[in-house]
Amino acid sequence: MKFEAIFRVVAKILIPLIVLFAFYVHFHGDFSPGGGFQAGVMIAAAAILYAVVFGVDEAQSILSQRAVAFLAPFGVLLYAAVGLCALLSGKNFLDYTVLAHHSKHAHHIGILLIEIGVIITVSCTMIAIFYAFVDRSR
Amino acid sequence: MELYLNAALLTLLSLVTIAIIRERNLFGSIILFSVYSFIMASLMIVLDAVDVALTEAAVGSGISTVVLLGTLHLIKAKEELPTKSTVLPLTVVAVTGLLLVWGTCDLPVFGVSDAPIHKHVTPYYLEQSIPLMGIPNVVTTVLGNFRSFDTLGETTVVLTAGVGIMLLLRSRNTKGGDQI
Repeated sequence: MKFEAIFRVVAKILIPLIVLFAFYVHFHGDFSPGGGFQAGVMIAAAAILYAVVFGVDEAQSILSQRAVAFLAPFGVLLYAAVGLCALLSGKNFLDYTVLAHHSKHAHHIGILLIEIGVIITVSCTMIAIFYAFVDRSR
Repeated sequence: MELYLNAALLTLLSLVTIAIIRERNLFGSIILFSVYSFIMASLMIVLDAVDVALTEAAVGSGISTVVLLGTLHLIKAKEELPTKSTVLPLTVVAVTGLLLVWGTCDLPVFGVSDAPIHKHVTPYYLEQSIPLMGIPNVVTTVLGNFRSFDTLGETTVVLTAGVGIMLLLRSRNTKGGDQI
């Protein structure tokens, strides 16, 4: 899939901005709309745009199918691990107060950790779905 | 202002829907679906649901369009005319639609604050978000804290969907088994 120069140049400018905005949506989720899921689909959209413009092989040399298939369950496990941390410390599942001494701090850290789990799973699952479809088309 | 915006967007939405139904070229349908999602995302912004709009714009008009175009690569680009009579499906759809519209008559008026759904746990979430966690965005605290168990399930659902698609589409080529 080779496209004209304008498309490549515009994509080169846009993709970093999309990823930057995705991380803004993710880490600013405490104060503004959005969170792990929104950021995850945005990163996936950026990766898919990259694959469409520069070719799927180019994209897979950066983020291989194996890596994507490994990271997607890793996100869910990270999320569950935060819950297990609380469980092993004698609190309820996903009770963040065990993560830091100050309760508000603990909630911030807890939400950040689980959102990182969500962003990894969502973005990698979306990219994996895209890879699966592309593989079939070849 | 909001009324005019809503009216304009909903009119566009119904026009696009009619166009999708009438379009026989599948490439055209996919692009129209993308347009539909984009108008839907705009509508979500008017309704102040920016996070839903972000998701709709990225998934609806972005990722799913690309995936559908990838599917189109494998099949014929023209939708066949239906061979069987469409009277029965049309009746079923019309009756179900009417029942759903009838059901909405019992719902509370759109946007009222004293609807039952806003009186159960919502006040607690709204009041306790800042004192307990110091996070002003209540959506984040509900998703990440008050209901983090649900979010874990949701994330698992996303993963399961991905695993299902990977198994359906990929396993045959990689294992070297029966190739289609």
